[in-house]
Amino acid sequence: METPHRRPTRLAQWKRGGGFTAIALMVPTLVIFGMFSWFPIVRALVMSFQENNMVTEPKWVQWDNYTRVLSDPLLFVAARNTLYLTGLSVLLGFPLPIILAAMMAEVKRLRGVYTVLAYLPSIIPPVVAILLWKVFYDGSASGVFNTIAGWVGLGPYPWIQSQGMAMPALVVQGTWAGAGATTLIYLAALTSVPADLYDAAEIDGASLWRRIWHIMLPQIRPLMMLLLILQLIASFQAFLEPFIFTGGGPANATLTLMLQVYNYAFGSLGNGYGPATALSVLFAVVLGLLTILYFRVTKRWSE
Amino acid sequence: MKRYVTAALAGVISGTMILTGCGSSPGKTDESAKAPADVDTSAPVSITVQGLAPGAEADAQAALAEQVAAFQEKHTNITVKTEEWQWDVQTFASQLAGGTLPTVFQVPFTDGRTLLENQQVYPIDEFAQTLPYYGKFNETVGAAGQDSDGKQWMIPTMAYGMGLTYNRDLFEQAGLDPDKPPTTWDEIREYAKTIAEKTGQSGYSQMTKDGTGGWILTTVDYSLGGRIEAGTPDDVTVDVNSDSIKKQLEMLKAMRWEDNSMGANQLHDWGSINADFAAGKIGMFVGGSDLLEPMIQMNQINEDIYGLTMIPTEGDNSGVLGGGALAAVSAKATPEQAAAAVAWIDFYYVSRLGTEEGAVADAKIREANGQPIGIPGFPVFDEQTYQDREGWLKPYMNVPLEQMTGYTSKMFDVELISEPAVKTQELYAAMAPMVQEVLSNKDVDIDQLLEQYQSVAESTVK
Repeated sequence: METPHRRPTRLAQWKRGGGFTAIALMVPTLVIFGMFSWFPIVRALVMSFQENNMVTEPKWVQWDNYTRVLSDPLLFVAARNTLYLTGLSVLLGFPLPIILAAMMAEVKRLRGVYTVLAYLPSIIPPVVAILLWKVFYDGSASGVFNTIAGWVGLGPYPWIQSQGMAMPALVVQGTWAGAGATTLIYLAALTSVPADLYDAAEIDGASLWRRIWHIMLPQIRPLMMLLLILQLIASFQAFLEPFIFTGGGPANATLTLMLQVYNYAFGSLGNGYGPATALSVLFAVVLGLLTILYFRVTKRWSE
Repeated sequence: MKRYVTAALAGVISGTMILTGCGSSPGKTDESAKAPADVDTSAPVSITVQGLAPGAEADAQAALAEQVAAFQEKHTNITVKTEEWQWDVQTFASQLAGGTLPTVFQVPFTDGRTLLENQQVYPIDEFAQTLPYYGKFNETVGAAGQDSDGKQWMIPTMAYGMGLTYNRDLFEQAGLDPDKPPTTWDEIREYAKTIAEKTGQSGYSQMTKDGTGGWILTTVDYSLGGRIEAGTPDDVTVDVNSDSIKKQLEMLKAMRWEDNSMGANQLHDWGSINADFAAGKIGMFVGGSDLLEPMIQMNQINEDIYGLTMIPTEGDNSGVLGGGALAAVSAKATPEQAAAAVAWIDFYYVSRLGTEEGAVADAKIREANGQPIGIPGFPVFDEQTYQDREGWLKPYMNVPLEQMTGYTSKMFDVELISEPAVKTQELYAAMAPMVQEVLSNKDVDIDQLLEQYQSVAESTVK
């Protein structure tokens, strides 16, 4: 005789499936994200509508902070500089790691050495690296780069002391610091491309160029698209280089949006957290929209 | 694909909003502080105090450790921990907001006013009243730490006037007499040109990065009879488009582009100009009269090259920009800590200025550790106390005062002018790009620049 089998409730099923364990495992992450990411985001939104010096009682000021930020003539300067910096960074910093990785993937011997060399700049703490480069960029004829330029009869150049050269100089340093890590990611992707594909192409008589264009690039295209947007976002948020190298100078030539946020927040004794958060919120919204747009536009290539 | 979008968006958001993760430190009002009578000053208490600037030499560290030991011997219930710390316009506000300042810290006069208005420091007046010299401060100096009722919220620890620092060695190399430093701005220009031509170093440099740009602009403006800002928060005026600032910018333009006497590096701030000066790369620059001490402690300067003279004052109303430092107690301190903090401020900063015992004890520790003694400042108390102190310290003095007579012989005769009162740091930072423009753009139109920055200044102080 068959005993009627009671169907387990959904809760019991969930319990048996390890639901509690899952929650327990998630809690630390949730707490950390909540405290250090989500809570500050909400706080920032709130603060962008307040006059708040973090000591006395905050005051609601409606859209005042946004009006102040949007009517500041430096907003245009900072936005233009940020776009310029992003353009230069992508122009210089996007193809370089791909080229380096492609070259490294080709070599069979000593690849480890090249990998270490490429990654070396990444292990120097960013602030230290920038302070070092600041010495290299000394504008006098005895500066490191000017001495090197002098060997081939060039210079001396003013580097970061000149309005025209400062931004490219910052981008060169940024590329030097960042390219290594990206190169390794590309290298990992390239070495996982099945060798049969190349072999088959070679037998069919495909040139090196065709092999790169038809095999290598399509294989790593989704990765390229992702790394490009991450690089775009990182460049948009450039702060450390202008902050330490030039303080935004000379004459605002390297003032970026993030530096402007910082100046609002910390350039006065607690009178600027409102405008600083307002500009951050605006900036986050714009970047978010750009990101969505980017993925819409590039959807076809990424898959 | 969707994952990528989310990841990228998360990157955007967490990156742009990182700065809001600051905590808050509640302000203390007079009411919440205990009266000194209610504070048990013999209970064990521990405080953190501002130590030396990061990067200070071992000798200076040893001297400080000895001071701490002497203090703890005198106040057996107090434990003092020193923190390497230096006021920095870029980080101070965030430390204040985040509540990470030491119990005792120093701020420039300019920031003191804002801290007072916002009640961002501990009200120590009642503890300070027990000090023997309470109420005897030089009027202008004492006022820097007082509220409108005359309560002392912060205690002045030093005062300085701006001076012209010059390199005696480069003077000699250029054929100039190091005992006859320039006394007019025309001479400064002329000397700078000679130094640059004869030595290849910068004849004259000026700080331009961040707030320091506006600070020195204002100093030179005062010396030429200008007042970049006047008035009170309710009624403030700015005067950037003035004859005196025009004169200054034209002079800088001529030195930079005609004479080529300002060297190759223009984005100097306080730290880099001191470092370059100590390294013998700069002939002259405008800075505080007390710079020899940090240059000894951080830049290993050869004292023989150091020269200090009064900044030239030309025209009606001209004077010397003066400033100073205030010792403040963190708003987060308990009443017991505040009492201990005031005892430390008295011991470490002020008694050495106002009492023979303090001055001599300080000098002995400094002497034993090879630290400078006798660097000219500006009187924190009256002129008599300053002179007395010089007398107490005479046997210990080890800095080359004869290389600073151009300054010390005039320091009591010049008019000392306070820094702009309204939004000082904001104004300074907003004016820095103007100076940078002159030094980085050969074809700069000064009249147009002045007009542009007049309106920048107006909207900054509004």
